[in-house]
Amino acid sequence: MGETAAKTARPARTEEHPPPPAFEPPREPLVIIEPTRRRVSLGLRDLWAYRELLYFLVWRDVKVRYKQTAFGVLWVVAQPLLTTLIFTLVLGMLVKIPTEGAPYPLLVFSGLLPWTFFSGAVATSGNSLVGNSHLITKVYFPRMIIPVAAVGARLVDFLVAFVVFAGLMLYYGQPLTWRLAALPLLVLLVTALALGVGMWASALNVRYRDVGVAVPVLMQLWMFASPVVYPLNLVPENWRAVYALNPAVGIIAGFRTALLGGEFDLTALAVSVVVTLVVLVLAAYSFRRMEKFFADLV
Amino acid sequence: MKPIIRVEGLGKQYRIGAGRPSYATLRDALAGAARAPWRVLAGGGEEETVWALRDVSFDVRPGETVGIIGRNGAGKSTLLKILSRITEPTEGRAELWGRVASMLEVGTGFHPELTGRENVYLNGAILGMTRREIDKRFDEIVAFSEVERFINTPVKRYSSGMYLRLAFAVAAHLEPEILIVDEVLAVGDAAFQKKCLGKMGDVAGRGRTVLFVSHNMQAIRQLCSRAVLLRGGTVTADGPASEVTELYLRDVPRASSIADVGSVVRKLPPDPSFRLKEIELTQDGEAAERVLSGRPLEIAIRYEVLELTKGLRVYFDLCDSEGTVLFRSFHDERADGVTVMEPGEYASRAVIAADTLAPVFYELRVHAGIYNERMCTPAEGVAIPLAVEATGRTNSAYLADSFRGKLAPAIPWSVERDSHGG
Repeated sequence: MGETAAKTARPARTEEHPPPPAFEPPREPLVIIEPTRRRVSLGLRDLWAYRELLYFLVWRDVKVRYKQTAFGVLWVVAQPLLTTLIFTLVLGMLVKIPTEGAPYPLLVFSGLLPWTFFSGAVATSGNSLVGNSHLITKVYFPRMIIPVAAVGARLVDFLVAFVVFAGLMLYYGQPLTWRLAALPLLVLLVTALALGVGMWASALNVRYRDVGVAVPVLMQLWMFASPVVYPLNLVPENWRAVYALNPAVGIIAGFRTALLGGEFDLTALAVSVVVTLVVLVLAAYSFRRMEKFFADLV
Repeated sequence: MKPIIRVEGLGKQYRIGAGRPSYATLRDALAGAARAPWRVLAGGGEEETVWALRDVSFDVRPGETVGIIGRNGAGKSTLLKILSRITEPTEGRAELWGRVASMLEVGTGFHPELTGRENVYLNGAILGMTRREIDKRFDEIVAFSEVERFINTPVKRYSSGMYLRLAFAVAAHLEPEILIVDEVLAVGDAAFQKKCLGKMGDVAGRGRTVLFVSHNMQAIRQLCSRAVLLRGGTVTADGPASEVTELYLRDVPRASSIADVGSVVRKLPPDPSFRLKEIELTQDGEAAERVLSGRPLEIAIRYEVLELTKGLRVYFDLCDSEGTVLFRSFHDERADGVTVMEPGEYASRAVIAADTLAPVFYELRVHAGIYNERMCTPAEGVAIPLAVEATGRTNSAYLADSFRGKLAPAIPWSVERDSHGG
C-alpha cells in the first residue's frame, strides 16, 4: 500500500467509507495476471471450467444454422448426396474405378461421410476466431473454446449425414457387420484431427488473413490425396507407406471398412492415430502460444 | 484489510506498424522472409511501439467502488482489458482475489436470429454464469428488462431500446465478487440510464467490488467512493472521487492541446471518401493557443474529398469539460437539401462570435460523417481542448466572483428607471 501511494500525486485515501465486510478474500489470489513465460500450459482445467460455454456456443451455431436456412436439414442431406451423385457419374460410370464389390455410390459416400465432416469442420473452425472477434475483444474465456465449438457444431451435421447413409445402405441391401463397432473410435479420431487442423488454422488466420482463403484450396488437394472417391488399394503398393503418412488415409479407409466390410488396414490406422495425436498436441500448444495476441490483432 | 485487487507495475506495449493494418497476410510474411531472412530470424524488423499503459499500481479493497477516469487514450480501456484477461500485459502483475465478471459492452454475443430467452442463456454463459445460475435468475432478468411479452421473439425484431434493456438486464444479474464495467451507461435513453445507475448502486451497496470507467463525472461521483485518474497510461491521481473528478475536470492534457491537433489529425484512420487535413483555430488572424473570450474564434477545417460524395457533413460539437454537448453546428446547416461534393480539397470555416464562450474549459470535437451511412471520423471526433480566458465584457468590479454557467453570450441589457416607480 505504502509504495503505491507514493507514486500518486494525491495519495489521500478515503477512510470515510469503510466497505462492508461482505466477502472474505481467499488466501491465494484466484487469478494472477502477468505476461506469459516461455512455457505455456494447455489450460485444460480452465477449459473444463468453461464447458457450459462450449455447450452454448455449439448450441448457438447449430440452432442458428438450422433456423436461418429454411432448408437447413435438407442442405446437410443434399450436399453429400449431390457430391456422391457427381462422383458416381464421373468416376463410377465414365472412369469405372474398381470398387471391390460394393456399389460405387456406397464407396464414395462412405468416404465422403467422414471427409465432408472433416473439411467442413476445418473450414468453420479455421474462420471461427475471426468470425467471433466481437467476443474475443470483449470477454474472457479460454479462446480454444471457439474453434472447438465450431467443430462440435459440425458433429451434428455428421450425425444427420449418417442417417442418410443408413438409408442408402438399406436401399442397396448392404449387410451390417461387427465392424460397425469401430465407428465411435473412428469418429473420435476424425474429430481429433479436425480439431488439431482447425485450431491451428484458426490461430494462424488471426495473424495472416489469407489463411482463410488458402484453407479451402488445400482441403481440396488433401481430398484427392486421401481415399475419398477411390478405394485405398488403387494406390500402388510401393507408395502406400508414404501415402499412409497422411492421417486422413487410415481414418477414411477405416470408415469404409467399418461400413462396407473388408479388412481393417491396421498399420494405416495406427499411423493415423499417432499423426493425429501429434498434430492435435502441437496445434494446441501453438494455439496457446499465439493466443495472447488474439485480442490485439483480431 | 487485505486487497481484493492488487495491481503492480502493470504495463502494456502495443506495436504500431507504420500505417499498416495490425494483421498481415501470410503472403506478405513469406515474401518478407524471402527478401530479408535474417530479419525474420532475428525476430522482427523496425517496428514502432507505444506504451498504452505503464507502471500502473493500485490496490482495491473488498467492497470499494472505484472509478477509473481519464481522457480518451489515457489507458482506461487497456487497463480494463488486462484486468478482464482479454489481453495480456507486457510487464507487471495483477492479482485478483475473487471471481471477476466484466461488462465492457452490453449484449456481447447476442445473436439476432435467436429469441430473447435463448440470448439470455447464451449471453449469460458468455459472461461466465452457469446454466443453473441463469435458471435461478431468469424471471428476475426478464422482469428487469421489461420485455416479458417478447421473450420468445427473435431479438432482430426488438427495438434498440428493448435490445439494450435485455442485454443490460443479463449483465446486471451477474454475481461476481469483482465487477468491471466500461462505459455501458452511455447507451439508452435517460430513464434506462437512471435504472442502470440504480442497479449499479445496488451492486456496490451489497459489498461487491466494482471498477467503473466512465466519462460521466456525475455518475462517478454518485457511484464511486474513490477514483483513479489516468493520463498517458500512468496513474496521476488516486483518492476520493469528488477530489479526483475535480482534478480531471480542471486537467487540460498537453497531449491534445491546440498546438497538438496536427499530430492527432495525421494519425486518424483512413476513410475511403474523406481525409481530414488540418484544423486551424485562429483569433484575429493569429493562431489561437489560448482562447480569449472577448474575440471571435475562427475554426477552419481543411479536408480532402476523395470521391464524389453525397450528404457529407462536417460539423463540430462544443462540449463542456464533462463531455456534455452544449451545441452542435454543421457546415451545411444553412444550405438547402443534401449536398453533393466533388473530389477535391475544401475548407469549411465557422466563427464562434466574440462574447459567447465562458472562461471555462471546453472540448471542441470536430466530426465528419456521411448522412445515413457512416462516420468518417472516430466516434469521439477529433477533440481539441479549449481553455478560455476571460477578456470579454465583464464588470471589472466583480472580477473576483467565480463564473457560473457554461456559456457567456453577450446579452443586451438595458436598465431604465421606471417612470411610475418611487
